[in-house]
Amino acid sequence: MGRILMKGNEAIGEAAIRAGCLNYFAYPITPQSEVAEYLSRRMPEVGGVFLQGESEVAVGYMIFGAAGCGARVFTTSSSPGISLMSEALSYISGAECPAVFVNIMRGGPGLGGILPSQADYFQATKGGGHGDYRLLVMAPAGVQEAVEMVMKAFPLAEKYRNPVMILGDGLIGQMMEPVEFPDELKSEPSNNDDWATSGMETRKSSRRNLVKSLFLDSEQLEAHNRVLKAKYDRMRREEVRYEPYNLEADYKALIVSYGTMSRVCRTAVDILKVEGFEVGMVRPQTLFPFPEKAIEEAVRRESCKVAVSIEMSMGQMVEDVERSVRGRCPVEWFGKSGGDVPTPEEVIDAVKSFVKELI
Amino acid sequence: MAKTFKKPEALSDQTTHYCPGCTHGIAHRLIAEVIDELGIRGRTVGIAPVGCAVLAYNYFTFDFQEAAHGRAPAMATGIKRVRPDLVVFTYQGDGDLASIGMGEIIHAANRGEKFTSIFVNNTVYGMTGGQMAPTTLPDQRTTTSPAGRKVEEVGMPIKVAELISALQTPAFVARQAVLKPKYIVRAKKAIKKAFQYQLDGRCFSLVELISTCPTNWGLTSWEAVKWAEEKMIPYFPLGEYKTPE
Repeated sequence: MGRILMKGNEAIGEAAIRAGCLNYFAYPITPQSEVAEYLSRRMPEVGGVFLQGESEVAVGYMIFGAAGCGARVFTTSSSPGISLMSEALSYISGAECPAVFVNIMRGGPGLGGILPSQADYFQATKGGGHGDYRLLVMAPAGVQEAVEMVMKAFPLAEKYRNPVMILGDGLIGQMMEPVEFPDELKSEPSNNDDWATSGMETRKSSRRNLVKSLFLDSEQLEAHNRVLKAKYDRMRREEVRYEPYNLEADYKALIVSYGTMSRVCRTAVDILKVEGFEVGMVRPQTLFPFPEKAIEEAVRRESCKVAVSIEMSMGQMVEDVERSVRGRCPVEWFGKSGGDVPTPEEVIDAVKSFVKELI
Repeated sequence: MAKTFKKPEALSDQTTHYCPGCTHGIAHRLIAEVIDELGIRGRTVGIAPVGCAVLAYNYFTFDFQEAAHGRAPAMATGIKRVRPDLVVFTYQGDGDLASIGMGEIIHAANRGEKFTSIFVNNTVYGMTGGQMAPTTLPDQRTTTSPAGRKVEEVGMPIKVAELISALQTPAFVARQAVLKPKYIVRAKKAIKKAFQYQLDGRCFSLVELISTCPTNWGLTSWEAVKWAEEKMIPYFPLGEYKTPE
């Protein structure tokens, strides 16, 4: 296919098809409706399933049903829609089914706005729905990375039999960038005989499968929740992804930033470097599991006086940064959440002011 | 001696948790008999509701998924769309289908999803202790309508079979009862038709079953059957509301 210029939302839809996901259910919401528009045309071309549900609540359960019978399936939405799907996310996690959810975040709370935001960090990484569950959360910083993460998300969801969320701010969905796709289509997994409700006659054994999250007996629920915890602990060991930037320098401050915001921070780091003001950066590519060790390691640098969480929210990821820093240096927050992306100049002023306060 | 009456293969050996006199057991058995007779156990997936039948999967011997409250039709949609060869049915009560899940059932029916819904109407929320449901009869006392359902405050009971049959897309909509043998025979015929239409690739089918809840009605088993016959059937008339052209 080669390199082509594509809008993020459409690229996400195409990436899912390339990943062998031919089942898509969704409900329109700005700023991600182009995914549904694109796939309403593309899915019939590849013999896939496209259905516009009556609500995000229903879509969440269409995903649950389809995932439960062993199909590779995904949906896309934006913040208020993800709130409505969060009930299903809890059930799907409890019933241990693989599925991919994409959240192209807009401003909140409530209807908020339709401009880019990163204010669903807590919702994505700390729950959102009820009960002891976690999503594996990946945060792309561009259209190409969104494509790669969508393609990785399906095998990861199947490895853990757990929902994976792609958390992109509105810009990731709305901007156009050059992208490349792998040529061949991947095929659906077929090794789910021991759990999926694909019909008894489809499997060799005579067992019947149940997809459920109800455990009325306290010991059974305890055991089930420990199985889930073991999966989340394994994610913490095996799935942490982050990108270090300028960590070889003797930096005065460490920025932690993800998504579109991290690209602005990168520019700020470059500008500051020219001024002789070194700043390092850790860009989490997975938000759960969070790159705690990388951040703790980075703030051990003698020259590092402060860690700054820079995010398009009023301070959510900063709590995970504080947790990772373990009191080794002060932790500050800088951000905006009305829909405007902070400029490199604003980032530079913020970082300088935090360092100045400490000198 | 030849065995002339036996448990359907689609029904498990487990003792049910249902109260004495409850008609869920009859509904379960009818579904199991139909699945056996149609020879579809190996490709059937049931969706259990939230409510008294939340553990329904323990009493059947084929694949099952458990839904959140009211969401069974959305889950059945997901399954049937991605695996059209499967036979899919939801089993839902009146709180589940007619209250919290009204959006899901209406839209699944209207899209003509090719699955079957078995709707058990006993006028109350059974599992949570007999609260008022959208199907509670006028002046009927429940734990949340202690002075009786006041229609001037909460409206008249919803007639689900009539409501769904008002849509143009569904293929088959019927209401029968699981009270006495004469009703039960007709109920089984309706369930079998619904599954047969699904096998034929027809659109959505729904069978509403007039059922009892002696525990929450405060009646004996037999009094409950008589109450359902005398009070419910006149308001919820039996019959076929929609059949394929």
